[in-house]
Amino acid sequence: MAHDNSYVDKKFNVVGTRFNRPDGIDKVTGKARYGADASAPGQLVGKVLRSPHAHAQILKINTSKAEKLQGVKSIITFEDLPDLTGADQGMADILENCMARGRALYDGHAVAAVAAVDEQTAAKALKLIDVKYKKLPHVTDVDEAMLPTAPIIHDRIFTRGVEPKPTKPSNISSRTEMGNGDIEAGFAEADIIVEHSFKTEQTHQGYIEPHACLASVNPDGTAELWVTTQGHFVFRNVCAGLLGLDIAKLKVTSSEIGGGFGGKTHVWVEPVALALSRKANRPVKMVMSRDEVFRATGPTSSTSIDVKLGAKKNGRITAAIAELRYQGGAFPGNWAMLGCMTAFACYDIKNNKSIGWDVLVNRPKVTAYRAPSAPMAAFAVESAMDILAKELGMKAIDVRLKNVAREGTLAPYGPTYGPIGIEDTLKAVKAHPHMRAKLKPNQGRGVACGFWFNIGGQTSTDLNIGVDGTVNLAVGTVDVGGSRSSLAMIAAEELGIDYEDVKANIADTTSLGHNDMTEGSRGTFSSGMATIYAAREAIEVLKQRAAQTWGIPVEDVAWEAGHAVATGKGHGNLPKLSLREIAAKSGRTGGPIAGHNEVTADGAGMGFASHICDVEVDPETGRSTIVRYTVVQDAGKAINPDYVEGQFQGGATQGIGWALNEEYIYGDDGRLQNPGFLDYRIPVCSDLPFIDTKILEIPNPNHPYGVRGVGETSIVPPLAAVANAIANATGVRMGHAPMSPPRVLAALDALDAG
Amino acid sequence: MSKSTLVSTTVNGDAVEFACPADESLMTALRDRVGLTGVKEGCGTGDCGACSISLDGRLVCSCIVLGVEAEGRSIETVEGLSQNGVLHPLQQNFIDHAALQCGICTPGFLVAAKALLDRNPNPDESEIRYALAGNLCRCTGYDKIVRAVQATAKDMRKKGRS
Ligand code: FES
Ligand code: FES
Repeated sequence: MAHDNSYVDKKFNVVGTRFNRPDGIDKVTGKARYGADASAPGQLVGKVLRSPHAHAQILKINTSKAEKLQGVKSIITFEDLPDLTGADQGMADILENCMARGRALYDGHAVAAVAAVDEQTAAKALKLIDVKYKKLPHVTDVDEAMLPTAPIIHDRIFTRGVEPKPTKPSNISSRTEMGNGDIEAGFAEADIIVEHSFKTEQTHQGYIEPHACLASVNPDGTAELWVTTQGHFVFRNVCAGLLGLDIAKLKVTSSEIGGGFGGKTHVWVEPVALALSRKANRPVKMVMSRDEVFRATGPTSSTSIDVKLGAKKNGRITAAIAELRYQGGAFPGNWAMLGCMTAFACYDIKNNKSIGWDVLVNRPKVTAYRAPSAPMAAFAVESAMDILAKELGMKAIDVRLKNVAREGTLAPYGPTYGPIGIEDTLKAVKAHPHMRAKLKPNQGRGVACGFWFNIGGQTSTDLNIGVDGTVNLAVGTVDVGGSRSSLAMIAAEELGIDYEDVKANIADTTSLGHNDMTEGSRGTFSSGMATIYAAREAIEVLKQRAAQTWGIPVEDVAWEAGHAVATGKGHGNLPKLSLREIAAKSGRTGGPIAGHNEVTADGAGMGFASHICDVEVDPETGRSTIVRYTVVQDAGKAINPDYVEGQFQGGATQGIGWALNEEYIYGDDGRLQNPGFLDYRIPVCSDLPFIDTKILEIPNPNHPYGVRGVGETSIVPPLAAVANAIANATGVRMGHAPMSPPRVLAALDALDAG
Repeated sequence: MSKSTLVSTTVNGDAVEFACPADESLMTALRDRVGLTGVKEGCGTGDCGACSISLDGRLVCSCIVLGVEAEGRSIETVEGLSQNGVLHPLQQNFIDHAALQCGICTPGFLVAAKALLDRNPNPDESEIRYALAGNLCRCTGYDKIVRAVQATAKDMRKKGRS
């Protein structure tokens, strides 16, 4: 059935109000079951042996001593995970990342794994595995990795996107270029040109729940996997592909997920757990340690970015160019391309160009992190906007408004914008009381903007009405931020019943059609759309049943506020039938009542935000403290404002952590020096003030309710908002994030000396 | 298999015995042997507070206490917060104020916040923030958590007066 997804302005009863989430009670009482909270009869404990070297050839793996240890039930190396990926290099990379094949490519790369009767035995067995390495030269810095003298990580990789085709392998996996207009002409027109270089360090999503799963494979090829994931359907497909299992025979159940932010879109220990279980013929549970989470999973790219802007004296930007270098870890990614796409997306700049370089280094394979690649590009561009404003003698916010993208602006990455909210967020910032709050000595205020695409994707949803009139909603996207509540609200809205009468559940992979990963802020957007259509399909059935009961044509039945109503001449005195009444009789009127929808949701609607940050810099220590922070973002339509605010606040806080403290620190030996929460410092409660939020609602024309994705944009502006605030507080322009106390102090000292 | 020691404790008011190896953390013993998986593991090194419990009335990270150290002592976990099917005001306020997203940090925050309110029924914002600084939350930015604790303190004081 084709559905019209255009936005229709209407009055809502349930949507837009604040309801408590259905999983709340389980989560506050400790009953909610996360990845590490399941167990199975006879289960073993799985553990991974990881490379202590940044780059090394694996000459020999001797497991014989470990095998003899009492209680060890299976040991695997890459030989137990034969390459079944065919010509699919992406899958081959995933396989090699899960288990090294001849070479360890980064500190923490898995080399072997053990399943044993308990934790202690498994740990002991790991120590008994003897691996002979030959250390190879390594590189961990993005700029160094691009040099012709850098050690080559994969000799199969030749830079894509350059002419002529290179004849030598390189750590640069691809070059991207995009933009509009004539960049030289644009700079020739400019009265003022500013140029600056930036660096950002690698950060981790930092979800508090480590990766965990429970795998069980039977000799007949049937298998089950309980796992904390952002997409159990995708995990099923990937694991089945890597292990040679049939997709239909691998049942994947997603546990409650203790945070993901993009980092749980990728498999690491799951294929390993399945392989261990297959070999031992027993269930295997694996829980990563925090050290493993840091060394082997997650992180985002570190970058190096140059930006150049040219403008007229009146503030109109005539040309903008950015060159962005992103490392993707030891495997190729498209991270720089995403940086290029987002860099100038907030602005209407006639002549713009972005050049991206995707680079390999000896670090863990980069995974998506909330609006992946956008925060670094925004750090550079939004800092440069402030530098430009200063040169022009204009207010930073006015330069932005002067160049802001609007409906009809040609986006640097191709499309022409529909209705978008960036201008409204800037105007809301300008009018916000925060902008008039008094600053004390050593304090400064910064503003920055951010953009994220948001995505839709494949979604499948079932809606089943019980004989008592209560409704089960089965969805296939994972609930990472309260989407079960939002989706139940949408179903209640469409059916015209109470929120309390709808229960949303996350279905396992055997109970529903395929659903893409819950990423790109799509959970509520796309499952919401599928829920609307499933509910509308159920309403058609409800209307038919009512028509049948009344003995009138279905065309004469309407659905109003949870009731079938007879319309049309001659039926005026038929009393309306409630959903509950129709459901009670469903057994006699044709059986169960359900609605169902499969959709590839398009048009998720661009998300724009502007943030205001007040910072106080201690001139003695270089420590920066956030004293005030405000997020203004366009949500399209906030289904549940509480959770939208929560997304804004959480994203802003992650951005603040990145701006001020978080970074991967590698030693000269190429090993990660801070794989723990003590030395990799994420913001704590006492670091922050309340984060003020303002939700704008500029309807997305491609969603029946006007919803846009809201989960990611909020991490984009903070790096630059903080940098701009520090610049205004101290007069130093920090071009290197995080702007940690030592870096700020060094910059302050240089300023004094200079 | 490592050799185990029998440990007798009181957990959420009930007498509980478990046997665990000498090097096993109390967190693991509570989760894997007593079945209290509301005690969460975020780091295992005392840095995230997800495993917070009260041990003889003192707030501790159970991942850096040994199981055998619990001998003869009294343990309170998140599972013991609600009484007779009624949520503790902190639990209710966490739900009402949307103070949780993924919820993995929530048990630790609840135990830590209870320890604060037991000691100081009228904390100001900064006292709340410092009392909870040992608990990491990556989802919420702490805003709604602090508000939930403030609301609870207010509710409990009102109740105490009436
Ligand atoms: S698990 Fe105990 S403090 Fe993190
Ligand atoms: S709610 Fe997810 S870590 Fe706190």
